Amino acid sequence: MESVVFIFSLIDCCALIFLSVYFIITLSDLECDYINARSCCSKLNKWVVPELIGHTVVTVLMFVSLHWFIFLLNLPVASWNIYRFVMVPSGNMGVFDPTEIHNRGQLKSHMKEAMIKLGFHLLCFFMYLYSMILALIND
Amino acid sequence: MSAPAGIPPRPAAAPGGARAPAARPRAPPCRNGPVQSQVHFPSGYSLNPENYSAPSTHYPQVPHEAIPSQLDNQYIADYHSACYSVPAQSVMTHSIGPGMLNTQQLYGGAPHPVESSGGLLQEAVSSASHLHTSVPQSYSAMSSHYISSTSSSVASQGFPLSSGHYAMPSVSSAVYPHLSYPAMSIGSPYRQVLTSQSLPAVGQFKETNAFPGQSTIVPRTLQQQVTLGYNSTSWSTSDFQSAQENLSRNHTGSVAKASNQINTVGIVDSSHPVNQNVQFTKPGVETSVSSVVTSSVRTPAADHLIEPASVPSSTQPPESLLQEGMQYGGYVNNQASSAPAPLSSSSDDEEEDEEDEEAAIDSSSTTSSASPVTNNYDALEGGGYPETDSATSSPAPPPQISRNTKPFGYGYPTLQPGYQNATLPTSAMQPSNPGHQSGFQQYPQQYPGVNQLSSSLGGLSLQHSQQPESLRPVNLIQERNILPVSPVLAPVPNLNSDLRKLNCNPDSFRCTLTNIPQTQALLNKAKLPLGLLLHPFRDLTQLPVITSSTIVRCRSCRTYINPFVSFIDQRRWKCNLCYRVNDVPEEFMYNPLTRSYGEPHKRPEVQNSTVEFIASSDYMLRPPQPAVYLFVLDVSHNAVEAGYLTIVCQSLLENLDKLPGDSRTRIGFVTFDSTVQFYNLQEGLSQPQMLIVSDIDDIFLPTPDSLLVNLHESKELIKDLLNALPNMFTNTRETHSALGPALQAAFKLMSPTGGRISVFQSQLPSLGAGLLHSREDPNQRSSTKVVQHLGPATDFYKKLALDCSGQQTAVDLFLLSSQYSDLASLACMSKYSAGCIYYYPSFHHSHNPTQAEKLQKDLKRYFTRKIGFEAVMRIRCTKGLSIHTFHGNFFVRSTDLLSLANVNPDAGFAVQMSIEESLTDTSLVCFQTALLYTSSKGERRIRVHTLCLPVVTSLADVYAGADVQAAVCLLANMAVDRSVSSSLSDARDALVNAVVDSLSAYISSASNLQQSTLIAPNSLKLFPLYVLALLKQKAFRTGTSTRLDDRVYAMCQIKSQPLGHLMKMIHPNLYRIDRLTDEGAIHVNDRVVPQPPLQKLSAEKLTREGAFLMDCGSIFYIWIGKNCDNSFIKDVLGYPNYASVPQKLTQLPELDTLSSERARSFISWLRDSRPLSPVLQVIKDESPAKTDFFHHLIEDRTEAAFSYYEFLVHIQQQICK
Repeated sequence: MESVVFIFSLIDCCALIFLSVYFIITLSDLECDYINARSCCSKLNKWVVPELIGHTVVTVLMFVSLHWFIFLLNLPVASWNIYRFVMVPSGNMGVFDPTEIHNRGQLKSHMKEAMIKLGFHLLCFFMYLYSMILALIND
Repeated sequence: MSAPAGIPPRPAAAPGGARAPAARPRAPPCRNGPVQSQVHFPSGYSLNPENYSAPSTHYPQVPHEAIPSQLDNQYIADYHSACYSVPAQSVMTHSIGPGMLNTQQLYGGAPHPVESSGGLLQEAVSSASHLHTSVPQSYSAMSSHYISSTSSSVASQGFPLSSGHYAMPSVSSAVYPHLSYPAMSIGSPYRQVLTSQSLPAVGQFKETNAFPGQSTIVPRTLQQQVTLGYNSTSWSTSDFQSAQENLSRNHTGSVAKASNQINTVGIVDSSHPVNQNVQFTKPGVETSVSSVVTSSVRTPAADHLIEPASVPSSTQPPESLLQEGMQYGGYVNNQASSAPAPLSSSSDDEEEDEEDEEAAIDSSSTTSSASPVTNNYDALEGGGYPETDSATSSPAPPPQISRNTKPFGYGYPTLQPGYQNATLPTSAMQPSNPGHQSGFQQYPQQYPGVNQLSSSLGGLSLQHSQQPESLRPVNLIQERNILPVSPVLAPVPNLNSDLRKLNCNPDSFRCTLTNIPQTQALLNKAKLPLGLLLHPFRDLTQLPVITSSTIVRCRSCRTYINPFVSFIDQRRWKCNLCYRVNDVPEEFMYNPLTRSYGEPHKRPEVQNSTVEFIASSDYMLRPPQPAVYLFVLDVSHNAVEAGYLTIVCQSLLENLDKLPGDSRTRIGFVTFDSTVQFYNLQEGLSQPQMLIVSDIDDIFLPTPDSLLVNLHESKELIKDLLNALPNMFTNTRETHSALGPALQAAFKLMSPTGGRISVFQSQLPSLGAGLLHSREDPNQRSSTKVVQHLGPATDFYKKLALDCSGQQTAVDLFLLSSQYSDLASLACMSKYSAGCIYYYPSFHHSHNPTQAEKLQKDLKRYFTRKIGFEAVMRIRCTKGLSIHTFHGNFFVRSTDLLSLANVNPDAGFAVQMSIEESLTDTSLVCFQTALLYTSSKGERRIRVHTLCLPVVTSLADVYAGADVQAAVCLLANMAVDRSVSSSLSDARDALVNAVVDSLSAYISSASNLQQSTLIAPNSLKLFPLYVLALLKQKAFRTGTSTRLDDRVYAMCQIKSQPLGHLMKMIHPNLYRIDRLTDEGAIHVNDRVVPQPPLQKLSAEKLTREGAFLMDCGSIFYIWIGKNCDNSFIKDVLGYPNYASVPQKLTQLPELDTLSSERARSFISWLRDSRPLSPVLQVIKDESPAKTDFFHHLIEDRTEAAFSYYEFLVHIQQQICK
């Protein structure tokens, strides 16, 4: 049972890593003017909710399966995701707003955030991998 | 190239003199076009030299760059700049005058005397307010000078040198005749102009018809006219162009001054000649594009009146044929000599094509083959040297050198000596002109003059290592009268006088810190915001317009060549933003002004920090769009009741011919209530057809191709519709408003072309997409805690705006509502599509005449002002600086590219900057704004502004260069962002903290000051006052009842108004006007304008015996005290006593008394200084409008806010904490 949990988490984590890389690539495209703000933001906003769901599911799963350490590790990131999504002003077009993204260094902070998430997911990936192997051996 | 589509480019072999006759036949078709004044055409001629004066004065730059022993030159040069500090100028020049004159001749040959005297003239004239009085006098100066110089020195000296100089055979044959026989060319080119004019008889007659009206204003002598003629023809390549320039300018009516004057002169007939000019000039564009390099200069608008007088009344000199032949030959030769160059060049990439930046790298450089001219260059240098020596007999170098000319590798040091020497010829001209004195009196206006002495002294004395005026500590609490008596001027950057002269006008381009700190750490220490305030599309009275097949730009950073680049040698220039060394294209070597070769540093691009290029097709993604205007009008019950339709339709009817555009202009109308109505105006219909679409959930266009129609073809139908519209909906009972669907329809209608949508809305949109709900709680209006709903409620309008922006369509919003309409949401449609927002709270055509009048005036300006379509703006800055936030109405498309679907002359922008790398290896930083747009005539143009500022390393210097007005405006922009993204109270705290931080940083940096007192440097002494004013501004005030829409509108204005207007909004000017005297008065247009001192904004200054004028930018209040002198009321207001003055008085009667004349001339002078004509409101002491007036008295205490003194005490407490 435990191994199933970790296999699922591993797959989910892989997806999140790919998503983070995609965010980074798209944002750096915007930085280099390869795409314009509008298309960049509409691309990214599409994936904000999947990312949120993916990460929340893992977090909840860890909570349910009583892996406290991993749950607590995931909790801040998951809550940040939710907070960010909820706090979008009503007039904005999503977490990434094309009219704001070039202002007040938002692009840089989005970039930084995506980088941090990538690192976090990589860390989680190895943790899930280790736990999965451990669980498989134990089984 | 940039010629309008449909007119084939003229063959390259038909340049110069042949142009005008060829152009003529095109004239008739356009005769019914928009009404214009014919004045432009001649003015283009005579004024070119003025604008081009700079080249001659800066001529000596070359020798110095080439001379290996830099140091000597620097010293000499710097000495000059020191000597020639403003007041001393006239004195100094007398002694060295004659010598200078000769060298001038040596250099430039014949055209120069005229040209450079024109230069003086330009400088004299350039302060716009003095234009009229000064011009005629200076002209006489010019002519006299002209005669003296040509007769004496040119023939002997200019001759041999110029021949040696122009060694390249083909070019020399072209240029030579002009240079060496000026006496002959006096008459003949003039004649040439005339002949070309007189070809079609009709046009000529009409022009002459119009002249008498004008010639009465400016009497002229024949001699002067001849001079003018000479001037004009020496640049005849460009004249047609410039005429067109003027035309398109005034065509839009954007030069308020010019059009005013035209009206006063009363030229009824004026439309016809100008229409000819339209046609007349267009071919000129084509030819000039095909010929090698042509340049034209936009002329000071005010001079338009004067110039035409000369053209018809003069006799035609006889030698025309000969001269014409010469000129023609000259052109052909030029053509031949440099024909290869333009072909190989000129493939610059455009602003829009960012992706192709790299691909186009090799574009701007043309052939860089060695030319025979290099030898001349040395000869030239030799010629230049004695002059410098003789001029600078005193050896003492000033201490300033080390500051401005750091010997770093970036070329500035070599640049500066050249510039500095360049002043000499200018000043040397003065003594030789007996008549020049008159011009010189205006001269200080351009340089830091009497008025600006205090600020410029700051810069000067800094150089002498004393404490500058701007650093003088001011004890804010003790200083009672902190406000100066005259309006605050922008500080002058601490550059040497020549760079300062070249620098961009602060009205267009201003930086919050005129001394840029070297590192971010230093900037952080200073606690002042760093940013730029831009007004890039401002109505200019004078603008050099350059037509050239190659627009010279840096190959790596795409910076346009500007006055602050350095020429390493004659063939290479170093970019001042990225420091790349670029080649000078072959074409750039030829100077169309002097008709000389090998002087790239004298080109107008390098002599003016504000220039406009006519862009080639490389700068277009599609053919230039026509002017397209769509009006979306609310016709629900609410709107009809308010009665705005009558005003809009009437105003549009009046200005239909003045709408900027060409023969392709299109116009359309959409009205909406709960349905959307379209109007079929297709040519051939007997009357307009109304098409009603009631399916607002899925809006469609009933007849897509006949809703936007050609203005000229369907003019009668449009007029019918405009006459009928106000009465069509009088009995409507429809209260709903389907704004969203109407906008969607408008977007569909506009998306193929792009253009301007003008939306008139009178209530909260209540149907269909984009419907809004009332969010305002009236009880919270005066809350001190939380102000909610400053942001939009829905992203519908934002999305729509971005869609529009993508299709080059701007949406302008006119909100005329009596109740809450959620401007915060609606404004998004204009904010992100680069539109503009007008708001008329409680608008009613009869109950609220002030607002009705304001709407009328705004509409007049709105319809007739200049407009640029499909524009993009890019702001570049020296490597090391970066822009991180933009403020204004636009969409930021990429990191430094602003997409502006429309750009209008009243739009201002602000950017915040940070210092990413320290600027240790440079002593100057530059900022460049390039605005690429399509003019209403379908021309692609690029307007480039360049600002140059020094870099400093000490904190004291940073404070010395602080521009308090710019800083406050930037802070206001930041505060708006903060209040939307965070909260209003956050924004208010941030504003207060800005003052507290900067002042405490200053106090702690200046160790000798007492820590306990509130001290500010002189440059920042108004900072607390302005911030207090901001806190009491509608946008940020709390505790006083403020409607949400009013607040949001004030925020929108802060974001989009240019600095001058914004400052008046924040801190109005108060004058006492019941005792105006002529003391210190200035003369404008033969009128005496009294200059009353500024009063501080406090009730203590208001006496019951007086009358006061408050200038709030868009509104004038005249407050009359209870015991106001009866003679004032009688003489100025036209009422017998105070009691009989009505409550709602909005105009001053034209009474024939001295005090009335003074008051009116003062008010109209204030009005003329801004594009939007403000409304006037007379307020009696007991009238209800009094509260509006008293809200602006920001130094006083209100129940919710500090008085100025309390605010200072508060700041002091904060600092001491």
